[in-house]
Amino acid sequence: MLTKRSKEYIFTFLAYFVLVLILIPALWIIFTSIRPEVEVNAYPPVWIPKKLTLEKYQQAFFSSGIGEQAVPVRDYLRNSLIASLGSAGIALALGTLAGFAFSRCGFKGKDSLFLFVILSRAVPGIALSLPLFMLFVKLKLLDTLTGLSLVYTAYNVPFMIWIMDGFFREIPQDLEDAAQIDGCTKWQAFLKVDLPLCAPGLSASGIFAFLMAWDEFQLASVLTRSLSSKTMPVGLLEFTSEFVMDWRGMCAMAVIMFIPAIFFTFLVSKHLIKGLTFGAIK
Amino acid sequence: MARLKEKFFPFFLISPSVLIILFIITFPLGFSLYVSFTGYSLLTPGSMVFTGAENYITLVRDPVFWQSLKNTVIFLTIGINTELFLGLGIALLLARELKGGRILRTVSMIPMMFAPILVGFQFKWFFNDQVGMINNLLYTFNVIEKPVLWLIRRDLAMFSILVAEIWRGTSFMIIILTAGLMSLPKDPFEAAEVDGASGFQKFRHITFPLLSPFIFIAMAIRSLDIATAFDIVQIMTGGGPAHRTELIWTYVYRVGIVDTQFGLGSAMSYVTVIISVGFAYYLFKQLLKTRR
Repeated sequence: MLTKRSKEYIFTFLAYFVLVLILIPALWIIFTSIRPEVEVNAYPPVWIPKKLTLEKYQQAFFSSGIGEQAVPVRDYLRNSLIASLGSAGIALALGTLAGFAFSRCGFKGKDSLFLFVILSRAVPGIALSLPLFMLFVKLKLLDTLTGLSLVYTAYNVPFMIWIMDGFFREIPQDLEDAAQIDGCTKWQAFLKVDLPLCAPGLSASGIFAFLMAWDEFQLASVLTRSLSSKTMPVGLLEFTSEFVMDWRGMCAMAVIMFIPAIFFTFLVSKHLIKGLTFGAIK
Repeated sequence: MARLKEKFFPFFLISPSVLIILFIITFPLGFSLYVSFTGYSLLTPGSMVFTGAENYITLVRDPVFWQSLKNTVIFLTIGINTELFLGLGIALLLARELKGGRILRTVSMIPMMFAPILVGFQFKWFFNDQVGMINNLLYTFNVIEKPVLWLIRRDLAMFSILVAEIWRGTSFMIIILTAGLMSLPKDPFEAAEVDGASGFQKFRHITFPLLSPFIFIAMAIRSLDIATAFDIVQIMTGGGPAHRTELIWTYVYRVGIVDTQFGLGSAMSYVTVIISVGFAYYLFKQLLKTRR
């Protein structure tokens, strides 16, 4: 029989081992982006690099773009940040308001409306890409960040409402009642009592909304055309146009794409577990 | 006046959300329903003519449509079960009080931060028969002499796209299940400890039942995602070779966008949307029962 202590060591070792295994594909991408060209395409393969270079990152930020086709990473990064942060922020605001109404107010047809909202999330983007394309041409929203952000907001609202509705449910009604007895309106009670208490829920659902928009490709590839609105995932496709794929360039772009994602996740990681358990499940 | 205000308060809060969903999702969906009854093709002007149920008859008779539906079901079944199995195993490790637990948990989310399209490119490269790292590794350790055609042979191609999907999806499972495990009450475990229950007994009779709402929501969300998988498969195999890895949405894309038969493509996507929304309806009805 193993002692409790040695058991803990085994589990700790296992946890780290499994995570390293999961991370290999990700690490390989980072690794490739800083290796010289000759090593990436070498045959037989070179496993241990002899030299490291930041050439691709220099091209991305300090010249016109990555590689021979000059993929303008800076513009794509700006567009991605605006569309993702913008839509996540708006969806968060709308979803919180609606989630509050669903959890705290009684009205006719509430359950059906709630179901309608949640089910709209089950419609995949590709089913909407062509009708949305035609609609956006008519409304002059094609190839604009406004249009793209609107789409991402609509996609994120249902999940937000789901999480925030669950979260408000966990906050005791008494607190709000007490505030109302003290003379607050329902709106004031919402702002002063409920909202501060649901910060973990806001950060958990916020990060999911951000990641959804940040990673979305299908709709963006149909609804964006030029430098003014193309996002990072659409830009990735530009590395495939040559005969030989520019793997290093693509990997560098992937890493640039990855940094904001992990940065924001780390920022909210303290609240993530709590936000998810209360919001999504209960 | 005050009562009136009270009555309209919830609608005032909900209407922006509902309006944007109606505008971006419901309205375009309605439009594509209309188009699915026409012979509309993007390249032929004036082709938006009403053709009745013709598109729907064509798709019912199309063996590739049924094949891709079948592939999607296989892909979903294997994918979701593997993700649950791996996700639960890893979550059980991560929910313990380990050194650097919070960092480990954030790190386990990393695959989720990779865009599906990027995961597609990444694994297309890893599984490439000439320059991919998997064949390279197998060469280096003398396991193979001829390249393995990962993305071309029937079973291997399905296997390869599954590996990519599972790599990304498992991390979502991990984070939800870890959250669940960490929120479980301590008392039942202490009581079981006193009664001398084994580790497996505790898992079977305490952890699993208490965790099941978390398992349910993680599986609900992931199965909707896998059922609508597109980016990864489109990049890795494009549904080929010869429709072997054709999933429903890669086929809709091929018919509707590549072949520009928008009418037929809309009909196919409509059938699939109905299946997927119906599935979601069933899942969320169950979830709502526990919530209300």
